[in-house]
Amino acid sequence: MAFVTLDGVRHVYGRGGVGLPAVEGLSLSVKEGEFAAVVGPSGCGKSTLMKLATGLQFPAAGTVTVGGEKVSRPVKIAGMAFQAPTLLPWRTTRENLLLPLEIVEPHRSRIRRDKAAYIAKAERLLASVGLAGAGSKFPWELSGGMQQRASLCRALIHEPRLLMLDEPFGALDAFTREELWCVIRDLHAASGITVILVTHDLREAAFLADRIFVMSARPGRIIAERVVDFPRPRDLEVTYTAPFQDVVHELRAHIVRARQAA
Amino acid sequence: MSATLFVRLAPWIFTIALLVLWEAAVRVLAIPVFFLPPPTVVAGAFVEFWPAIWKNSLWTLYTTVVGFLLAIGFGLALGLAVGWSRFVYAGIYPILIGFNAVPKVAVVPILVLWFGIGTVPAVITAFLISFFPIVVNVATGLATIEPELEDVLKALGASKLDIMRKVGIPRALPYFFGSLKVAITLAFVGSVISESVASNVGIGNMMLQAQAQFQVPLVFAGLVVLAVEGIAMYAIMAWIERRMTGWAHRSGLAQG
Repeated sequence: MAFVTLDGVRHVYGRGGVGLPAVEGLSLSVKEGEFAAVVGPSGCGKSTLMKLATGLQFPAAGTVTVGGEKVSRPVKIAGMAFQAPTLLPWRTTRENLLLPLEIVEPHRSRIRRDKAAYIAKAERLLASVGLAGAGSKFPWELSGGMQQRASLCRALIHEPRLLMLDEPFGALDAFTREELWCVIRDLHAASGITVILVTHDLREAAFLADRIFVMSARPGRIIAERVVDFPRPRDLEVTYTAPFQDVVHELRAHIVRARQAA
Repeated sequence: MSATLFVRLAPWIFTIALLVLWEAAVRVLAIPVFFLPPPTVVAGAFVEFWPAIWKNSLWTLYTTVVGFLLAIGFGLALGLAVGWSRFVYAGIYPILIGFNAVPKVAVVPILVLWFGIGTVPAVITAFLISFFPIVVNVATGLATIEPELEDVLKALGASKLDIMRKVGIPRALPYFFGSLKVAITLAFVGSVISESVASNVGIGNMMLQAQAQFQVPLVFAGLVVLAVEGIAMYAIMAWIERRMTGWAHRSGLAQG
């Protein structure tokens, strides 16, 4: 029941495929509804993985499959969020959420007619991440953590089956970050969406993920796979237990080795 | 008097102070009127030559605005094209820079050759000198879309046109309106240059004739007219900018 599969993928940026590949022999498989995390040393091609899985880039060799279909164009069933919230400053938070619906079918042709229904949906989503009533505010009236919540909502508004997160909490302070871990945890639990989280924060990966992939230094490939089976729902307290620390240490050892090998 | 009122009055206080200083300096140092006329004498020239000043200033304003409007249309179109395509950008940018580097006064003789003296060269010179900042700013606004946001939209299957309509063009608007303030000022430079070299109407021509007849106060009156028209047009552009792109001026510093 694999939902996202990369098989023997090689990707090289630039024309003609010359130069050092960003990823080489990259294979991984994420099940439907699973929360997967990808960790690795910086520059290991984690972001390339994001682009390959969403159909923004296509592999020079190997295959990428999402939802049973070989990826040959943008997948459309994915939502994305990044370290920068990238909200549009001339739109209110609510209108920012509606942006994907103005692009993707079938909403695109409906949004004008069913505006009220879509706005209600946006407001419900905002409320679910603790942003009730913030819809009419402009992004710059929100704190960094609130902007990131809004950015998550924008990634989810079109009900994607795959959520791709590229270090979404990297720019936040430690407390806000942990708050948002719980927001993501609850969103995942409530919707059963498949999540791929790219991060360099090992605690974040261990707290949120069902399965963690460790990538090597460039050219990136998977050098270790770790199943995390702490029972759900997980409380933040779990991050202070010995078994949790063991997982983090184990991951850290892999990454240290990967850095040395580079 | 409150501090904010003081700040609001500051432009008037400084302008009046400058005029008083000017008047005083000319009188104390006994500078001849044909060298540097004091403000009171310039004001006298305004009264004496008002019909000519009025007619010529309207003419200059007209040629400037027509050239400026052409620059907006052309600059917007070219800026969109340059910002749209890396190919067009790479090809046209060096040409634009070379074009902008040519002093426009050197182009006027060619324009006269093609169109004769008068309004047309003035309009075209105003256009030529003022479209460049518009092109550069519009293209910059389009070219600086955050790549992450582009990815978000592309992953949803957004076309280039979608991305331009939803993100690129709104994003470029503050750059565009900002460039209008620069462009309108340059447009005056263009039209007055052309009027001075090759015209029989306009403020530029009036000043040249006044200079030839040694009516120095009238020359200075021409300068004042140009300054007033320039400030007025700049203020209109600044007002439009603020109306259209208030979201880009959210800092208290910009508003205060």
